[in-house]
Amino acid sequence: MSDIHELIRLLGELDDDLVGCMRCGMCQAACPVFAKTGREADVARGKLALLDGLAHEMIKNPEGVKERLELCLLCGSCQASCPSGVHILDIFLKARAILTGYMGLSPVKKLIFHQLISRPKLFDSLLGLGSKLQGVFAKPVSDVLGTSCARFHSPLGDRHFPHLAAKPLHKLQKELDEPKGSSGLKVAFFPGCMADKVYPQTALAALKVLRHYGVGVFLPSGQACCGIPSLSSGDESSFETMTAINLELFEKGSFDYLVTVCATCAATLKDVWPVMLRDPELKVKAKALSGKVLDISELLVDKLGVAPIEAAHNGRKVTYHDPCHLRNSLKVTAQPRVLLKANPDVEYVEMAEAASCCGCGGSFSLAHYDLSCEIGQRKAKNIVESGASEVATSCPACIMQISDMLSQGRQEIPVRHVIEVYAENLS
Amino acid sequence: MANNAKIVKDFEAIVGAGNVMTQEVDLHAYSYDAAVLPSQTPSVAVRPTTEEQLAQVVRVCNEKGTPFAVRGAGTNLSGGTIPPKDGVVVLTGALNEILEINEEDLYAVCQPGVITAKFAAEVASRGLFYPPDPGSQAVSTLGGNVAENAGGLRGLKYGVTKDYLMGIDFFDLNGEMVTSGSRTVKCVTGYNLPGLMCSSEGTLGVFAKLIFKLVPPPRASQAMLAVYDDILNASRTVSAIIRNKIMPCTLEIMDNVTIRTVEGFRSAGLPTDAAALLLIEVDGHPAQVQDEAAMVQKICKEEGVRTIEMARDAAHKDRLWQARRDALPALANFRPTCILEDATVPRSQMSAMVDALRRIAKEYNISIGTFGHAGDGNLHPTITTDKRDKEEWKRVEAGIDAIFKEALSLGGTLSGEHGIGISKAKWMVDETSPATIEWCRGLKAALDPKGILNPGKMFWG
Ligand SMILES: Cc1cc2nc3c(=O)[nH]c(=O)nc-3n(C[C@H](O)[C@H](O)[C@H](O)COP(=O)(O)OP(=O)(O)OC[C@H]3O[C@@H](n4cnc5c(N)ncnc54)[C@H](O)[C@@H]3O)c2cc1C
Ligand code: SF4
Ligand code: SF4
Repeated sequence: MSDIHELIRLLGELDDDLVGCMRCGMCQAACPVFAKTGREADVARGKLALLDGLAHEMIKNPEGVKERLELCLLCGSCQASCPSGVHILDIFLKARAILTGYMGLSPVKKLIFHQLISRPKLFDSLLGLGSKLQGVFAKPVSDVLGTSCARFHSPLGDRHFPHLAAKPLHKLQKELDEPKGSSGLKVAFFPGCMADKVYPQTALAALKVLRHYGVGVFLPSGQACCGIPSLSSGDESSFETMTAINLELFEKGSFDYLVTVCATCAATLKDVWPVMLRDPELKVKAKALSGKVLDISELLVDKLGVAPIEAAHNGRKVTYHDPCHLRNSLKVTAQPRVLLKANPDVEYVEMAEAASCCGCGGSFSLAHYDLSCEIGQRKAKNIVESGASEVATSCPACIMQISDMLSQGRQEIPVRHVIEVYAENLS
Repeated sequence: MANNAKIVKDFEAIVGAGNVMTQEVDLHAYSYDAAVLPSQTPSVAVRPTTEEQLAQVVRVCNEKGTPFAVRGAGTNLSGGTIPPKDGVVVLTGALNEILEINEEDLYAVCQPGVITAKFAAEVASRGLFYPPDPGSQAVSTLGGNVAENAGGLRGLKYGVTKDYLMGIDFFDLNGEMVTSGSRTVKCVTGYNLPGLMCSSEGTLGVFAKLIFKLVPPPRASQAMLAVYDDILNASRTVSAIIRNKIMPCTLEIMDNVTIRTVEGFRSAGLPTDAAALLLIEVDGHPAQVQDEAAMVQKICKEEGVRTIEMARDAAHKDRLWQARRDALPALANFRPTCILEDATVPRSQMSAMVDALRRIAKEYNISIGTFGHAGDGNLHPTITTDKRDKEEWKRVEAGIDAIFKEALSLGGTLSGEHGIGISKAKWMVDETSPATIEWCRGLKAALDPKGILNPGKMFWG
């Protein structure tokens, strides 16, 4: 598509959603990007007004609108605080797809999404190669944080990024299809790309905990990415391809819940799949699955009754960062904290602004690294000031971003997934 | 356009290129505020980061004769920040420093772009209290609050923004600093310029520094929720509370339409058959609070309340408040367009006004949910509609006309909180007089001879 009339027609389909914005401006209080730039075009109200302006031909610059639209973490903080209940994230994702359809996907993204990520096997084997070669290109910075920085000039700039795991999860753990365990429950497990390829220890910790509680696990091999990186780049077709692969895999098992260790995956499976899929058959399946999606902490606290216990006095201090997608989309904030308080060696401390975004936002942090850092540095500062010797959170993307921020500030505070902290005390 | 290129250069020299916006997409985002009105895109937006830069920006606009509007958070509900055609928008967001909080003399000095809630929180952290609490306080700026004389839930007992403004420094059209008021409780030097600047809606001067009075916070409070079968009884309760010399810090009402909409929104178990709810809160010394809470309870019973629930603890109080907090979100979620009005009547006329609103809703076949500050007669009749439906929209506009006529005939006012701006300018003469309009236009012309400071607002309906 490159016909401006078609663009306007498609944007017109968003009108029913857009009209719900009463321009009250309350989203200014929540937006991490607006907090840094102070520009109205960066906050949800502004972005929605731009889309409305484009749809009604008041603005004639789709490229400019797309650019503003992409200066966004898709964190959902605006939506969570919107008094008018506007489905802001749905609008943003749909609009990105429409604008990308009009302008085309960049060649690099096209290659990555069409040829690579949407083909799970190829993706896995290429990354396997990458993990062997990465030492050549990166020098380790911090052993505690497990981060590296680029040896040569690279597109990743100054980023202190984590190593790819020497062995990804799918090499460490065969596929599983166990019967219901002693708990009477069986769950499907969706580790997500990051816990598979970068942080397999997170997924292994989750499996250990599930085993401990007698929960049967269904872990099909060949899982694809949840699709959100493609979709947020406006590439609906790769999104649809990957989602179809996943839905087909999970259709083959029977289970009570689908559990994740990634807040972003959870929000995508639960809220994005049912809304954004075009294929009606897939949509029906996604809707059915949506009600079963749980973060691992929800399963443990709400379904299995894990409760806080008295902390040892000399326990190490651990604080918690609320991933946006867990807080805003799943409304899960208490359960991860309960898991931390259920470890007798941990003294839980709350940091200031625990609920504010870490600034990652997937590809946002690649495209707008400076802004992402500015947002992240505030998070790092709050962590340091909390006096904690360790940070826990529930999303691998946040773990990556916060590790980067702490590592750059030469702060040796390890960042781990909540489930790892909880699992360390189980035999 | 040549003029435009020149002014952009001048602005860039003052604030740096990064703080001057000229792209269509950036400017479109300053074409509106929270009022339901047609938008108007400015030709430039400029974001000064120091007081001196603000002065220079004003000076340049005046020299060039370029009209401009000052914009805080852009949350006003009357079109006060919709820029003039081919005009400039001056943003105050970067002037966001709290310059001083004086705990001995109980005042604070702020730049105009400080966010209201952040200021109130900072004051509270020093053990003091800044009471004005507009519903938009999480985002609104203090400059905007002063320019609109913003009120809030605490208005009845604690007053509104003007009751806390002790002094104000502002730039005239030449960018020269005018100082007024003082840091003392008493001050009679010259005209009451802080009073003039309050409610000036950005038409008389550009605020640079604001001095606010602070007060000690109340030590205790007690909230309660009263349910009524007849709105008249609720209204009588309000009068009786005041007659008994009790000043609650909150005295909020919700009508049946609002109750039902809120219940549809959250299913919190509200009585959907009730005619009205009153949320009442008294605060002060613990002994006084206990005393007054008991009296309020007694009064409610005498005036025929169905049930009354007293908050047992902080969590319970939070639950009682939830319904009131949900009022606007629930109505806003109900239909695509939501128009929040603020016609205000003397307290004694409140039930007459509520009756009239019901009649108007029926006559024009529109949906009006009413909630608001019963204690000060400041109601928020909220019309839920779809502005895309032309036929319905006509009825809505006629209904709004009728609401204002009714408020004025009951001895009330067009706006208790939201200001006149563009949206209510046409009714100004009905509330005041032709001479008032002329006097105000004369004042404006003397201070702004070129007519460039937020022109077309308030007295040009
Ligand atoms: C959801 C919602 C709830 C609200 N609740 C309330 C409420 O309870 N009570 C109430 O009173 N209002 C309420 N309002 C209205 C609005 O929030 C207030 O009028 C607020 O004071 C506006 O502040 P602002 O920073 O957004 O100002 P803006 O909207 O940006 O500006 C308002 C006016 O102030 C002028 N101005 C701003 N800064 C300066 C300056 N430095 N110098 C000169 N002029 C300046 C502008 O030119 C404009 O005329 C509400 C609005 C919304 C959307
Ligand atoms: S909070 Fe919601 S309704 Fe208000 S301006 Fe933002 S998106 Fe629009
Ligand atoms: S999703 Fe996050 S970054 Fe994007 S507009 Fe909303 S609050 Fe801002």
